[in-house]
Amino acid sequence: MAWYLVRRFLQLIPVFLGATLLIYFLVFSLPGDATAAICGEKGCTPAVEASIRAQYNLDEPFWVQYFLYLKGLLTFDLGTNFAGRPIAEIIANVFPTTAKLAVMALVFEAVAGVVVGLFAGLKKGKLFDSTVLVVSLVVIAVPIFVLGFLMQFLIGVKLEWTNPTVSGDATFTELILPALVLGLVSFAYVLRLTRTAVIENASADYVRTATAKGLSRRRVIGVHVMRNSMIPVATFLGADLGALMGGAIVTEGIFNVNGVGNTLYRAVLNGEAPVVVSIVTVLILIFCLANLLVDLLYAWLDPRIRYA
Amino acid sequence: MTDGVIENSDNLPTRRGSKGGPVLQVENLCVDFGVEKEWVPAAIDLNYYVNAGEVLAIVGESGSGKSASSMALLGLLPSNSRVTGNVMLNGKSVLELSPAKLRQIRGNDVAVIFQEPMTALNPVYTVGFQIIETLRLHNEISPDEAKQRALKMLEMVELPDPEKAFKSYPHQLSGGQRQRAMIAQSLSCDPKLLLADEPTTALDVTVQAEILDLIRSLKNKLNSAIVLITHDMGVVADLADRIAVMRQGRIVESGTAEDIFKNPQHEYTQALLAAVPHLGGRGEDGGVDITAALAAATHAEIEGVDKTELERREQAVLAGLKSDRDQQHTEQPVLELSDVAIEYPKQGRVPAFRAVEGANLVVYPGQVVGLVGESGSGKTTIGRAAVGLLPVASGSLKVVGKDIANLKRNSKELHELRRDVGMVFQDPSSSLNPRLPIGESIGEPMFLAKEAKGAELQKRIEQLLDQVQLPRAYRNRYPHELSGGQKQRVGIARALSLKPKLMVADEPTSALDVSVQATVLELFQELQRELGFAALFVTHDLAVVDAVSDHICVMRRGRIVEQGSRDNILRNPQDPYTQRLLAAVPLPDPEKQKERRELRAKLLATVGE
Repeated sequence: MAWYLVRRFLQLIPVFLGATLLIYFLVFSLPGDATAAICGEKGCTPAVEASIRAQYNLDEPFWVQYFLYLKGLLTFDLGTNFAGRPIAEIIANVFPTTAKLAVMALVFEAVAGVVVGLFAGLKKGKLFDSTVLVVSLVVIAVPIFVLGFLMQFLIGVKLEWTNPTVSGDATFTELILPALVLGLVSFAYVLRLTRTAVIENASADYVRTATAKGLSRRRVIGVHVMRNSMIPVATFLGADLGALMGGAIVTEGIFNVNGVGNTLYRAVLNGEAPVVVSIVTVLILIFCLANLLVDLLYAWLDPRIRYA
Repeated sequence: MTDGVIENSDNLPTRRGSKGGPVLQVENLCVDFGVEKEWVPAAIDLNYYVNAGEVLAIVGESGSGKSASSMALLGLLPSNSRVTGNVMLNGKSVLELSPAKLRQIRGNDVAVIFQEPMTALNPVYTVGFQIIETLRLHNEISPDEAKQRALKMLEMVELPDPEKAFKSYPHQLSGGQRQRAMIAQSLSCDPKLLLADEPTTALDVTVQAEILDLIRSLKNKLNSAIVLITHDMGVVADLADRIAVMRQGRIVESGTAEDIFKNPQHEYTQALLAAVPHLGGRGEDGGVDITAALAAATHAEIEGVDKTELERREQAVLAGLKSDRDQQHTEQPVLELSDVAIEYPKQGRVPAFRAVEGANLVVYPGQVVGLVGESGSGKTTIGRAAVGLLPVASGSLKVVGKDIANLKRNSKELHELRRDVGMVFQDPSSSLNPRLPIGESIGEPMFLAKEAKGAELQKRIEQLLDQVQLPRAYRNRYPHELSGGQKQRVGIARALSLKPKLMVADEPTSALDVSVQATVLELFQELQRELGFAALFVTHDLAVVDAVSDHICVMRRGRIVEQGSRDNILRNPQDPYTQRLLAAVPLPDPEKQKERRELRAKLLATVGE
């Protein structure tokens, strides 16, 4: 077990190197001159332009730029963005908001998805089940920005239950609506996964055994069906945490959340390679750790799985 | 055919032998399943009873309704079922109970032992957790007390290390240990009635014998009534006091075990008994008396059996052995293994596993060699290596004179070679492509080997269908439209399509019902005689191997422990493992089985295992 953890952490190194290299290269290859973004409409004098290039190593070949960046990274110096703001500060500023949003979305989709999926699975073929299936299909099929704008308009603007946009403080109540929108599609997947697993497990031999032992239906489902049904759901949720962290660009855009997605979007537009790479690297690390957590959870849920 | 139930005269549902009547009395029990808005009967008008300390065996083939009717007693059927009739448990009607009252009976008064302990125990909880769950549900005891009781139960079912078993998950135990754990759970609340649904079907024969011993001793200890549901006549003979034979939802005959075995009245019972492969029951001289042979080979003394009678039987066995001389083979062997070791290569950190070690085996043209062994003995591994599906780690493996031990995977030579070998797989349902009509499945090898195509191919497919006695019109059917036996006929036809010199049959009948198994074996023998191919017949069932093979190899833990002509192995088994294996096969005859059982106990006592 300890060995397994060590190995998993060692595996992070090549993932980290590969991912940073790839992303650095992609941003490097973007068309356009980074100085144009800094100097804006008016343009700078050639001398200023040259000094900017020197400051951000823009004249160096790709490999040199990449290694200089890595060197900074290893000494915990992420450098600054083109406006001169330290990247570490930017990340520290936006990550908590996005993390809050992602965790809220995850909790929503996990709890609601499992509960609805369980009841749909137990009432297979009944009205509730069919309704849930149709609704979840609609949710999966309709693009997220349509759902997002729709809910923002209905709940935020028409009903005025909450602010249609999120302020700089990003309080819990303000984030509820964006979190619902963010978790909506995954909620549909979770409920479908749960439903399928419950249907399959409800007819398993050991469930019949549990019934034959005299257990109440509540205990048969809660103890024997549920734990086995959670195995595929756990995998999905773990992978989804990473996606929620980075993939909130659309949702953050709709609700004007000052989070990772928005910052990343702006950095890509400006060709700010250090900012993009730094944020993505943090996302990758979160993704890997979430996956590790899932694998550990997995073995707890299903003792047949061994670490090898 | 008579429609009514044949009841032997002494089997009127009287209430003798126990005070207060039978533990279980079933009257006019009917079970129907709702299929597409119609009620399809699974059990019709069943009547039977079981007394305390008595075993009633309900016998029948798959689909006879034996399982469904028993699950109905506890309301364990899926929701699309309907149960009518009267089920009295200790004088109380079970079917009219409220769900809460029914739950109190389940696990407490009536417990069930299911067929496949791997799936019947929840894989994600420890054995201890599952037993404690039952205990604390029906008894008001503390967790500590429950644990002590659970450990005691695990000890009672003779698990070697109860503490360890308590903490183990089901997958960490062997098949036999799992079934013991299942039994411990079932018995934890001292049930008055035990429903055993094919309790030994998934187990190896020596393990089966142990589990049957266990159930017998527990029955005597606890004085519970047992309903034993099984298709295996040997198991019935070993355990049952009374028997009810079911067919297509009805009980066609019932009576004491002795009466049913000695004097079956209904033609179905007669056919069922006749279809049971009888170990040693082949040959003109009335077959080999295994019990006597074992007694001679081990010098064991059986109590309760007439000594002079046994001696006479031993003499007969030896006489038979003398007449059996291995013919000298001059032809080139079709399959020759010398000192073969087969490994499953290492995967990640899982080290390589040597499944077979030092195997020597020869199959001559036209000879059928039976490879017997229990699960994990390496018999299937040898079968697979013989067709080049597994690499050989060391030694030489010659097929039709060509050494394939060092051939690369997917090499041309290996492909060439596969024309000379055909393989029949264990489960016909999963070894036929469900999306191909069976005609195409049969024709594919010929097409791929460029043996035939077009009209010629169609003609060959029809010939093969004729040979395995399937109607030609079946060529356009899909596997799911065929019964298990028919599917296995297709499997045989496919294996024969390239006219192989060697056929490797891997447990071809173990997924089939007894009567179907009998017809498939018959077909196999007929074809073998007719076409003269050599065969390596891999099976766990000694009776099957006895029925089809000329030469028998007994495998244990990756090694061939004994081999010789069929008569040599059956009449004079030398290796202690072979002896134990033979002794563990239950005889479909209660009296003879009793002898066999005593002999087995002796054998185990002397070996000390």
